Parts: sequence; structure tokens; C-alpha cells
Amino acid sequence: MPTVEIDGRKIDVEDGLTILQAAERLDIEVPHYCYHPGLSIAGNCRMCLVEIEKMPKLQIACNTRVTDGMVVHTTSEKTKVAQKAVLEFLLINHPIDCPVCDQAGECKLQEYYMDYDRQRSRFPLPEKVHKKKAIPIGPLVMLDQERCILCARCTRFLDEVTKTSELAIHERGDHCEIDLAPGKSLDNPYSANVVDICPVGALTNRDFRFQARVWYLERTPTVCGACATGCNIEAYHRRGQLYRFQPRANPDVNQYWMCDAGRQSIHALQGEGRLTHPLLRGHDGFARATWSAALGAVAGRLADAAKRGPGAVAVVVSARAPNEEVFLLREIASHMKAQVAGISWSPADAFADDFLIKADKNPNSGGLRAHGLADDADALLAAVTAGTVQALVLHRTDLTAWRDAAAVRAALEKVPYLVVLDTDQREVAQFADVVLPLASYLEGDGTFTNAAGRVQRFRPAVPPPGDARVGWLVLTELEGRIAGTAFAETAAAVFARAAASVPAFAGLGYDAVGEHGRPSASA
Amino acid sequence: MAERLLLRSRDIPELRRIDVYLANGGYEAVRKALKQQPTELVELVKASNLRGRGGAGFPTGMKWSFLPKQNIKPVYLAVNGDESEPGTFKDREILENDPHQLLEGVIITAFAIGCHTAYIYQRGEFELGVRRVDEAIAEARARGFIGKNILGTGFDLEVYTHRGAGAYICGEETGLLESLEGKRAYPRVKPPFPATHGLFGCPTIVNNVETLACVPHIVLRGADWFRGIGPEKSPGPKLFCVSGHVVRPGTYELPMGTPLREIIYEHAGGIPNGRKLKGVIPGGASMPIFTPEEIDVPMDMDSVQKAGSFLGSAGIMVMDDSVCMVWATSILSRFFHHESCGQCTPCREGTGWLEKTLHRLEHGGADPRDVDLLLNIANNMQGNTICALADAAAMPVRALVTKYRAEFEQHALLGHCPFRPVEEPRARAHG
Repeated sequence: MPTVEIDGRKIDVEDGLTILQAAERLDIEVPHYCYHPGLSIAGNCRMCLVEIEKMPKLQIACNTRVTDGMVVHTTSEKTKVAQKAVLEFLLINHPIDCPVCDQAGECKLQEYYMDYDRQRSRFPLPEKVHKKKAIPIGPLVMLDQERCILCARCTRFLDEVTKTSELAIHERGDHCEIDLAPGKSLDNPYSANVVDICPVGALTNRDFRFQARVWYLERTPTVCGACATGCNIEAYHRRGQLYRFQPRANPDVNQYWMCDAGRQSIHALQGEGRLTHPLLRGHDGFARATWSAALGAVAGRLADAAKRGPGAVAVVVSARAPNEEVFLLREIASHMKAQVAGISWSPADAFADDFLIKADKNPNSGGLRAHGLADDADALLAAVTAGTVQALVLHRTDLTAWRDAAAVRAALEKVPYLVVLDTDQREVAQFADVVLPLASYLEGDGTFTNAAGRVQRFRPAVPPPGDARVGWLVLTELEGRIAGTAFAETAAAVFARAAASVPAFAGLGYDAVGEHGRPSASA
Repeated sequence: MAERLLLRSRDIPELRRIDVYLANGGYEAVRKALKQQPTELVELVKASNLRGRGGAGFPTGMKWSFLPKQNIKPVYLAVNGDESEPGTFKDREILENDPHQLLEGVIITAFAIGCHTAYIYQRGEFELGVRRVDEAIAEARARGFIGKNILGTGFDLEVYTHRGAGAYICGEETGLLESLEGKRAYPRVKPPFPATHGLFGCPTIVNNVETLACVPHIVLRGADWFRGIGPEKSPGPKLFCVSGHVVRPGTYELPMGTPLREIIYEHAGGIPNGRKLKGVIPGGASMPIFTPEEIDVPMDMDSVQKAGSFLGSAGIMVMDDSVCMVWATSILSRFFHHESCGQCTPCREGTGWLEKTLHRLEHGGADPRDVDLLLNIANNMQGNTICALADAAAMPVRALVTKYRAEFEQHALLGHCPFRPVEEPRARAHG
């Protein structure tokens, strides 16, 4: 194990570690543009030059492996001169159009200029090299060649991660520019990652650009619910509005990336169709109700139905429900001797690949399985069709869309009492007696179990719309009303109960799951 | 005139044809070498103190010995015939007129390093050179010097030529390898070095044409003979390319260590038209200039370096007193600006900045501070990039500005070149 000294502090590190990585362990930031932990070393930006004793020239920290006894200076006079020089070089031909640049506020040129440069330009404005600006190069990505610092992160991502190579560096010297390879469009399923890794404003997201200044946005670490992978993400939001998803590094799940479909799924989460108030069917159709009235009505009717014998009440819960909701629904069903079935539906033509995108578009299929459920709703639906079910609960289940619509409609007509819990207005609600509006996974706490059996937490970024409520909160109250159980104060408390009774979650808790998830016992 | 070896083709007509070459002792070195152990050949070249003729002057035998000892991958030999350093035209003569001399060096070297595939990379403009080398390869193959079981020794070797597409950076050894692999010639970040991770990720030796041309002579005449020519640490016959304001520009084969003054005034015939020497770049466009007071320097690697420049490619560029040094510097800078691959920030941005600043000094619009700015830009570039192109662009500027500073300041004060009619400041087009 070599011992290296960086800025007067010593650290033992394993063989093969670079100076930049060793410095990170000491919380010493070596500034860099081209280095990215998920990509090969390019060594081209020269921003991470550091002074190493007994070496005549400065060396790049990203590609220099530490050796025993190495003494590194990241803030020496020689280093500072080089850092300042690199910044100046990067800026001489940069358009410095920060006021109209969407990267402003999260731009490494701005940040490092303040940290390492802070000098007036010595370059005559009219002599700047001009290149093409605002070129749409794909459905999600806009290219500004002038702002580009040619760090080659995007081209390396497209060569090494997606292996699609849509972008390349063309021309030479200060006329170098990133551009599409002839006949190509940047439209692979992971295209927008190049925007995240672009350290400057050369690549911006067409969906997000000019929507908000990033310094106004708050960030919430959470997971993506668009498929069974559960990519770790950060949700950017402000005043209750979601603005964008960006991947959050997790070497065990998504590394540094996420797919475009997951990124774009943000739009469906705050769509027009959100349910905002509990609805009770009266003589004149639906009327808004208080939660208390709605849950009181539901508890009463379900309890009555349950008296007709085992299986008189039926519950269908989809793989879009978090573990906490699945657990509480099973508890409620168990108390009423109700039949419970899971449903895990994805479009037949759902896109999938061998990287991050799963054909299973449900975030919690693993959680259903952990609870002993699966895509096993058809027997239950047959019972509904047969008319033996007195009350049916559809939880986050878009049944007419997921099964033969005509058959479902016919079956739902026969159910004496139908409760629909969901985030959005869907066709099944037309048949419901009670509709309960739920929060999305961006609006509350909870956990999903991904395809690999990893339990991951999601967190509230924005409040639910209107009177909509977080699912576990609705269900713990319903459970209390039906079974007399104690009200759970937090999602963590619900999960703790699940961990005590569901073998797959044994030993897990919210603290253990943390920011990066934990494999469940079933994984 | 001493015996010419590397330029023997000047004395023997049609030496490039294999029957003429064989009639003049050709391929004797190959016959001799292939009877030896490869390690003996590596030791022989080490003992000869042969140093690379491409520009860096690295000891050739030592380079060969960097190949990994435990290796299951193929070993490649890449011959650097990119010869793109301005003022350099020595390898071209070997490639065009004595290709078998090079092939002998290639075969012996390949045998010594355990290589069975060699590539001869030539700059795109060397159309004749590629044709001549291809012809020579075909002839050598027909005679059993290339191909399977060479001379019955069981040694196999294929040799291919490859033409570049016209970029200076393809002469940088790892840029050359990238280009050979069909990629953009971005020099590679080192480590790893080509000896372990070279062409197609395999151990590779990259040697200059002239370097390899020396190898058969060392095999035939021995290390002691070679070491006896010129200074012991940097010995051998050497090709000097003399261009610019001399009576007889051209390539001269002289012992390493021949004084620069002798090369200019005796071999190249001195400065024509009664003019006086103003400066001379000793090693190709990227090396620091010498003033007339500095030319009593032996032209070998160590002596030139001690004198503050580098032997480089031994491209001696002579400038008489009619030359405006600002103009000359701007020409050099234009070249490096044009040829920077654009990979590393200081070189990509600095080469253009140097050229534009020099253009202002020469053509108007300069500021007195621009003289120091040039030095500052050059200092900020040098030593801070992946390959040596930034150094190549910075070193001549630093030397020229330092040694001819008064002339630069005169330009800055006047706002234009004192040696040419006043012109309007150039129209600055965007772009």
C-alpha cells in the first residue's frame, strides 16, 4: 500500500490509485474537466496538473498513479500558474455568453474561473474563433460548438458506454469542433447523459433549457420509477414543480447514467390527469369528499362486504405501488380474509436492452414478489366476472388498459362496491364508488424493490396536488379504521413492520437502505 | 568527402533496385544478423550508442529492451517515415532512393525484437517514397528476405507501407499509432508507453527511418566502429538537412558532431549574395534558434542541447540578415497553429493565440505588451501537454523573442513591420 502525501497530508491508498482519486479521499479537489469516473482517461484538458516533488514537469493528476513516498502539491505556485493558464486558454475563444447560457450556475468554466483564474481577458474580442451555435443534434440535445472545451466526455460516453459514436471531434487545433458523424442523429436511448457530463454549456437539454435557472432549483435524491431498474436520480424542483431528472451515481445500479425514457417520465408525473380530491359517488355522480368521510365510507363498506365470507373482498395491487403500500394492503386484506392479487403490466412492445432499460416498466415488481404476489390477478378477475366478489379495491391499477377492456368493464359493472386508489384519472374510476387520490413517488417517502431485488428509497421532492395523499398514509388510516391497528407515523415505521414480517426485508430499515439502497434477502 | 553510407545511393546509380543493391553488398547485414541471437543484436545496438534520428534522440537499443519480457501478444515495429518537421528532408531520400537499406534495418530490427509484422508509415505527400518502398518490398519478398522462413532461418516477417493523410501530428509516435489504427492521430496519454501498449494494444517499437538505416551498418561493421564516429555518447553518421539562405541547400551526410559553422559555411557553401547570417535553427522548426555568435557548436545531441537548443531532426534552417525575425516567427507559429491536433487545451488555444499575436506585431494592431505576452503564452504552453507539439510551438517563439527582442519591440512600437511598407491593420473577419 503506497503512502502518498498531498498538500502536507498523508494517506495510505491501494496500488493503482491515481493522484486525483487519492486527493478525493482527502477531500482535496483537484480541478478537472475531461476526467470522469465513468469514462476512460483522456488527459486532454490539463486542468488537473499538479506538482510532484522530484519531477521536473507538472503531471496530470487523473492519469498519474501514486507511488510510495510521492509528495504532491495541488496548490503550489507552479500549480496555480498552470491552473490559471489553462483557464485562460479555455476562455480565450469561449463566447462568454453566460447571460444567455442555460449552463450558467452549474458551469465548470464559471466555477473554476472564480476559483483559479480571476483575471481580465488578454485576448482581443474580434480575434475569437467562431463556430456554430444552437444546433439540435437529437431529440433531447442542443449543441453549441463555441462553448465546447473539447474535453471529449461526450464522445467518450458515446464510444464507450452506448457504443453508438454519433458525435466526433472534427477539424484541428482551435478550429476543433464536436459534431455529428455524417448521417447520424444523437437519438440513442441514453442520449441526454451527454448533457449531464458536459462540464460547460456546449450540450444542453432541449427539454429543460430555458425552463429555470439552476440556482433556483432544489435537488432531492431519489430513484426513477419508469422501469424495474430503479436508476438513482436527483429530482430538480422548485415551488412544487418538477423540472428535471438527472442520474445520481450508484455503481451497483446505474453507475452514472439513466435512460432518456426515465428522464422524460417526469412529464407524466405532474400531468393534467392527476386526481386531487377524494371522490364519493352519490346520486348525481361523484362529489368531492373529505378524507375522513371517504375513508370512513370505505372502511364501513369493506367491513360489511367482508362479513359475507372469505374472498368476498378482493384487492388488486400493481407493481407501481411501493413496498409500504403493498404491505399495508396485505395486512388490511388479511384482516378481512380478502383475496389479494398482484398485477405487473408493461406494454407488449416495451423497449429493453442489456444495460439499464428493463422491459418491466414497473418500479416495484421485485416488491410484489417479496410479498408473495406477482402478476397473478387473472384468477381474481375471473371471480369478479363470476360475480362472487362483493367489494373490489384497485390500487394503482389501470385495469381497462392492462387487460381486455370490454371484459374488465363487464366485470366492474357487476362489482357491488369498487374502490379505486390512484394518482391519475383512469377509465376504471368511472366504475368506482370511491376514488382516493394518491401521491406519486416524487411526493412522498417509500421504497421500491428493483428487478435485482435491491430495496431503494424514494423521497418527497414536491407536495402532492390538491388533497392527494401519500399512499401509506391513506392505507395506515384505513387499516386503523378496519382493524383497529395503531396509526403509523412514518413510512419508515411501515417499512419496519414489513421488515419484521416479510422475510425478504429481514434486517432492513430505512437507515440501512440509505441513499444507495440495499439488496433484499431475496436478491 | 568521407565515405557516404546512408546516402550511398548518390554514388551508386539505381541502388534502389535489388540486383544493384545485392551487387553492392546488399542484404549481407541481414544474412549476418539472422545467424545471431536476437538478444545479441539488441546488445550490439545498445553498445553502438545509436540514438533515435527522429528528433528526441532516445537510445535505440534501450528502447528495444523496454519490450515486456513475458509477452504473449504480437510485437509490432512501426517505422516513422512521417517526416513532417519543417526543414527536414532526410528520410525522404532514403525512402525514395535506398529503400533496401531501410528494409534491411527493418528486417534486422524485427528479428531482434521478435516482431513478425512491420509497418512503414510515410507522410501522405511521399507518394514516390511509398511506391519505391512497395517495389522494394516486392523485390525483397521475391528474393526471400521478407515473408515466411526468411533465408531458411524460420523467421517470418511481413512488411507493409501505410500513407498518412497529411498531418504533422502523425509523426508523434503515438499519434502515428492511432493513425495506423485508422483513427484520428491524437497522441496518446502516457503511460502506458508503446513498448507495452502500442499498436492495437500490443507491444510496439517505433523507430525513425534514418535510425533503422543505421542498423545494418552497425551489424556489418560493429558497435565500436559506429561509436567511433563523432562523440561517443551520440555517435554515428548523420544526415543534416540544410535549407534557407545558403549557397548549396540539401542533405549532407557527415559525422555526428560536425560543427554547425562548418556545415553552413563549408558544406553548404555559406550565405549567398554577400549577406550575413542572422540566425539558424539547428533541428527543425520546433527547436530554439541560434544567433550567429552561437554557431560554433558541434552538431550532436548532447552538444546542441548544452548550447540551449536541440539537434531534433537536424533540419538546419539558415536565415540571412534580410529576414524579419517577427515575420519568421509568425510563419513558424502559423504552422504549429495549423498542425495542433487540438486535443490539449494549452496547445489548441495557445498556438492560435501565438499566431494571432505575431500577426498583429507584423501586420499592425499590436500593443507593446504583446512582446511579453508572447513569452507568457509560450511559457504557459510548454511542458503542460500530452505530446511535445506545444513545446515545439513554444520553444522557437521563446528563443526568437528573447534573442531578437529589440526587433520585436520595434515592431510593437511602430505598430507594424519596419522592413515592409506600412499596411492597413488586417481586416478581422469573424471566424
